[in-house]
Amino acid sequence: MRTPFYDIHKSLGAKIVNFYGWEMPLQYSGIMDEHVNVRTNVGLFDVSHMGRFEIKGQQSLACLQKLVTNDLEKLADHQALYSPMCYEDGGIVDDIIAYRLAHDRYIVVVNASNRSKDFEWISNHSKSAHVEDISDRTGLLAIQGPRASDLLQRLVETDLQSVKPFHIVDANIDGIECMISRTGYTGEDGFELFFDSSRIEIWAKLMQYDKIFGIKPTGLGARDTLRLEAGLMLYGKDMDENTTPLEVPLKWTISFGKKQEFIGKKVLSNSHPSRKLVGFEVLEKRRIAREGNKVLMKGMKVGFVTSGSFSPTLRKSIGFCFVPIEVLQDQSIHIDIGGKHYEAKTTSTRFYKRK
Amino acid sequence: MPELKFTKEHEWIKINDGVAIIGISDFAQEQLGDIVSIELPKPGGVFRQGQTMAIVDSVKASSDIYAPISGEIIEVNEGLIEKPEMINQSPYDLGWIAKIKPSNMEEFDGLMTKEKYDRYIGEIK
Repeated sequence: MRTPFYDIHKSLGAKIVNFYGWEMPLQYSGIMDEHVNVRTNVGLFDVSHMGRFEIKGQQSLACLQKLVTNDLEKLADHQALYSPMCYEDGGIVDDIIAYRLAHDRYIVVVNASNRSKDFEWISNHSKSAHVEDISDRTGLLAIQGPRASDLLQRLVETDLQSVKPFHIVDANIDGIECMISRTGYTGEDGFELFFDSSRIEIWAKLMQYDKIFGIKPTGLGARDTLRLEAGLMLYGKDMDENTTPLEVPLKWTISFGKKQEFIGKKVLSNSHPSRKLVGFEVLEKRRIAREGNKVLMKGMKVGFVTSGSFSPTLRKSIGFCFVPIEVLQDQSIHIDIGGKHYEAKTTSTRFYKRK
Repeated sequence: MPELKFTKEHEWIKINDGVAIIGISDFAQEQLGDIVSIELPKPGGVFRQGQTMAIVDSVKASSDIYAPISGEIIEVNEGLIEKPEMINQSPYDLGWIAKIKPSNMEEFDGLMTKEKYDRYIGEIK
């Protein structure tokens, strides 16, 4: 599968990888260069491979409330919320962002890897609402970085200062109707743009400011290192159907209180996890810990790495790993990389916070 | 100029005054992307041809570097520990990885010439 921007990626000489069946750009100029550019200027990401569903009808909210663990009741129009969706046993179906456009109209953005599974799951549990997969007729671009706002302001009349984080507005980008949300997956300020998939000229409109704002196309490679530094988890690596939101740092997304019922609530209310996801940092410079590496304490395997990479900002090997629930921060652990044990320590999952 | 030869696993090797110098090819560094760390062998270590003698990590992945010929490590490029990106920037010169005292020169003769290697990467590209 290809996004509407595939030919542009090819013409820019991007290295293309297969991402759950999607031919996506891994990198253009290089992961390090693109990563640093997002932290200092602004990066342009094609994220049109992600799933987008529209949920319409008077029962939209009621249906979605059953599906997600967070409380959508608190959203006003044009506001968005992050939430896991769980199975009855508390395992995670996916993590999503739900945008309330009106009381009877929502958009849900899901992981590319889960698009068909999620559509089935949401449709089957939303019989009294109308659920439509609008992914193919919409394009999705992200612009992320400290200069994203100044750049985008050149192209829209809407005052972007008034668009707060996790809000979405209708706007017109130099003649292209679109919705702009202040969301992202990099730890930087930034926006995601939803528009008709035929309007691929939007790419060139954003890129015309490369000299002024230093905007650069940014691939999945940097997207992964950026989200890791920012402490953002990735479905399929750091969580899946065998993981509950209580085991990963997502307790804040579970509304046990006011909200009445949601799928998984019963199990989650009585669950006492024995493991948790934490951050780690490898103290020796020679190797980078990767997904699947064993975590050891006193020579015994106690967990495993779910995401691991070199951090371009901190210039060391960082990642997330599961450890027993009683393990604290700053505790000494070892990580088995290729049969050798390297000294590491547990940390917060948030390695990078923007100023 | 001593002759540069290549392995199928994209190491290069040249012999200078009886000492083999080893690195990875420009094609290999480009495929790996930004190299961010390296585990070097210890001087004195003895490797057989094809054995893993070093490991490089790029942002995305780890890759083994195999000994192109058998022999004893006599020196490693310590500068790569602080500046592993030298492999990207100068794969055939400043980014060299190790020097080996060959134990069987016939192995060197069996490796690919530059011309052969270029054809080989043309096929796998």
